[in-house]
Amino acid sequence: MVATFEPKTDYKVVGTRPIRHDGYDKVTGRAIYGGDMKLPGLIWGVMVRSPHAHATIKSIDTSAAEAMKGVFSVITGADMPKAPSKLVDLGEGNVNFKWASNKLMADTKVLYRGHPVAAVAAVDRYVAEEAARKVVVEYDVLPAITNVVDALKPDAPILLDDLVGDDLGEDVTNTNMAAHVRHEFGDVEGAMASATHTIEREYNMQMVHQGYIEPHNATALWDEEDRIKVWTSTQGSFPARTQIAGILQVDVSRVKVTPLEIGGGFGGKIPVYFEPIAALLSKKSQRPVKMVMERTAVFETTGPTPGARMIVKLGADSNGKLTAATADIWFEAGANPGAFIGPAAQCVYAPYEIPNTRIDGWDVLVNKPKVAPYRAPGSPQVAFAMESAVDELCEQAGWDSLQFRIDNASKEGTRRGDGVLFSKIGMQEVLEATKQTDHWNSPIGDAPEGKVRGRGIANGYWFNIGLKSSANLSVNSDGTVQLTEGSTDIGGSRTSMAMHVAEVLGLDAHDVRPVVGDTESVGFTDVTGGSRTTYATGYACWQAANNLVDVLKQRVAILWDVKAEDVDFKDGVFISNAESAKTISFKELAGKLEDLGGPANSTGAVDLESAGDGFGTHIADVEIDLATGKTDVIRYTAIQDVGTAIHPSYVEGQLQGGSVQGIGWALNEEYFMHEDGRMANSSFLDYRMPTSLDLPPIDTVLVEVPNPLHPYGVRGVGETPICPPIPAIANAINDATGKRLYSTPMNAGSIVESLK
Amino acid sequence: MTTNSPSKVHITTTINGQQHELLVPGYMSLLDTLRELIGLTGTKEGCLDGNCGACTVSVDGRIVDSCLVLGAEVDGKEVDTVEGMASPDGLHPLQQAFLEEAALQCGICTPGFLVAAKGLLDNEPSPSEDRIRHWLAGNLCRCTGYDKIVRAVQKASS
Repeated sequence: MVATFEPKTDYKVVGTRPIRHDGYDKVTGRAIYGGDMKLPGLIWGVMVRSPHAHATIKSIDTSAAEAMKGVFSVITGADMPKAPSKLVDLGEGNVNFKWASNKLMADTKVLYRGHPVAAVAAVDRYVAEEAARKVVVEYDVLPAITNVVDALKPDAPILLDDLVGDDLGEDVTNTNMAAHVRHEFGDVEGAMASATHTIEREYNMQMVHQGYIEPHNATALWDEEDRIKVWTSTQGSFPARTQIAGILQVDVSRVKVTPLEIGGGFGGKIPVYFEPIAALLSKKSQRPVKMVMERTAVFETTGPTPGARMIVKLGADSNGKLTAATADIWFEAGANPGAFIGPAAQCVYAPYEIPNTRIDGWDVLVNKPKVAPYRAPGSPQVAFAMESAVDELCEQAGWDSLQFRIDNASKEGTRRGDGVLFSKIGMQEVLEATKQTDHWNSPIGDAPEGKVRGRGIANGYWFNIGLKSSANLSVNSDGTVQLTEGSTDIGGSRTSMAMHVAEVLGLDAHDVRPVVGDTESVGFTDVTGGSRTTYATGYACWQAANNLVDVLKQRVAILWDVKAEDVDFKDGVFISNAESAKTISFKELAGKLEDLGGPANSTGAVDLESAGDGFGTHIADVEIDLATGKTDVIRYTAIQDVGTAIHPSYVEGQLQGGSVQGIGWALNEEYFMHEDGRMANSSFLDYRMPTSLDLPPIDTVLVEVPNPLHPYGVRGVGETPICPPIPAIANAINDATGKRLYSTPMNAGSIVESLK
Repeated sequence: MTTNSPSKVHITTTINGQQHELLVPGYMSLLDTLRELIGLTGTKEGCLDGNCGACTVSVDGRIVDSCLVLGAEVDGKEVDTVEGMASPDGLHPLQQAFLEEAALQCGICTPGFLVAAKGLLDNEPSPSEDRIRHWLAGNLCRCTGYDKIVRAVQKASS
């Protein structure tokens, strides 16, 4: 039985905007991020990487590197423990240790450019880099596969000889197709045949990168007791521990992960890249080894989100109601399986109620980096296809696209494309709020000479996840509370956790001091990802705070010589039910605990199956230079059901940041690949992410439909906002120029091309 | 500047008002000089090719990407980093405004933005929003979408 909660409004801490606890360290430069780690005797590790995207390794000669002064150790694929093929759930995506190990260090074949083939540890970074250049590797170069169409051709070169693909439950071999899934409900063919309006279009998208500013890093020490200590920037210290232990084939308790401050992740810092390698180098060197990734390798070997080929077909009746939909989705997995076709299927139709639907999804290997989660993995792709198709259908039939979205909006009881039935959701409320915004009700204004303007809207969706979280509390004698929680803090979540506790205990947010624990100081906690952190870890903090109240009631009972059941707690004050005049504040009690049984501690631990779905709608105004094709976003508003905003500033920040990542994806960002599988634009100069100059202010509207599954009504907010921007901009471009683009990026070149 | 070994350069430089005498390897960037030799890790590494601005510091009042400057080049110069912004009286107004406006999420780009924004406000106390956006275009932030950063700089300007 899942607990549900009635909505409340009379909060004292929830909904306020306290300064984040870790803020002072972060604006003074004192905060220690992964790359800042220093230890006595620290040495540096550097990877030797393949220049080819697909090749057989003929030989590796490390002797010259090993002979260099200042070099401590060199490892190759031969030093990697043989990890078994075993699938483990990491919360947002799975990991198979065999492939995860192979991704970190090639065995007999390299499968993507930059694939590590050896690693060197030396006295400093400069010596290590020089030694890495002395490792000689001979390759037999193979043809590279860079797109899903080529990958599935009958004569395509095969990436993984031992891959057994799953084609609707049937095993297939000698294939680059890891999986083919299908979800089908109703009479799709019949409904499509009787629809009065239909549209069918193909959409294509290139891979894009999460683009976090902090490169991957890790420091590891494999000590004489065979304990592996790791300090790293990670989105989950426990999932990192799971991966490290699985790849190194040791028990999880042998690995201690201390999460340092993390400089962005967006899903890309859930997988480990350096940690097991640094550990192996440390074992051989008997010293702590630190590795920091160069930016080119960040682009070439980590992250990206799948490139996609998608065909969407929609059918509607004469009243403007959607009756049928089909989606065929091919996603690039990179060099081993796992391309988020599951989430894509969950998300594609979610904003709509459609009685008859089919989804087919294919997980396809290509000679590109193995994809990693990126903010609502799989959802922005299908949003681009679905929301573009919806607009084009409306255009053909002469329907208002916002009204069409309202008339067809999903609601409580609507069946999602994968069969799940929605509980209380806020899609309709978000669309109604969109209709009321100043942006929607303001004219777009006249474009200057030589330019045109257009407006577009689009919906977005992420299902959000719950999973496992832990928190510990202890009371200080001055009436403050120490909070240790397990979620690595990527954007101010520590403060939201402290606010959960403060609300229960009637304290100020700053009277709760939050710390992110390591894997030996707090209970198991899943990734900071899936938009689960404030929801699930916040829930654990709320639970710990309530448990602390119970502990303290016992102490008050000792003090007053009454039964604990006769002690009430409200607004930070304990009240006696037996003698109503008696009260003692939380702070006063804290000072007396020494004589009332000593330390007062509590814990919270949750494993939440469901989380409450997140819906958003964005409005984008663009101005396009007809001569150059340059597109400027001139006004932008993100509207989203956020449940209850614990700290509204950081909720707004999630909406703004997600919107801008989506804008970059829409207009500029792509993995531009040579035919041989080399990325042509692997720097921040050429992989052009939005700058402050490229953007207008990003306005936000927080619609609060409290989530009944969380004590304060929290709904995950982080991922939904990256989904609407790409189609909203596609729809705006079409509105401005009358030309619809079916591929990303919708850059200046493709706009000029469309106007010819 | 005197060379007293084939690979190391003897320099005297003022960092955040404090004079330092250093032997810097000739190949070492100012970024690594600050982080590895002095231990000032507030200046961050993001790309090592001058395109992200995370390593922004001020040299004689001019903002630079410290990954593109050699440590040996700051001989006789004044270097200011994020660690030098606060005073015993408290945070610099920009630091305070970044906290109040929630202008950081992960915070890795924050030192670079603070040093860059200080470089603007030291010379132009009341810049327009356009001017702020133009000035900060050399600093990448992937978390915030810049909205709250621009507002924080506006708040800290007079």
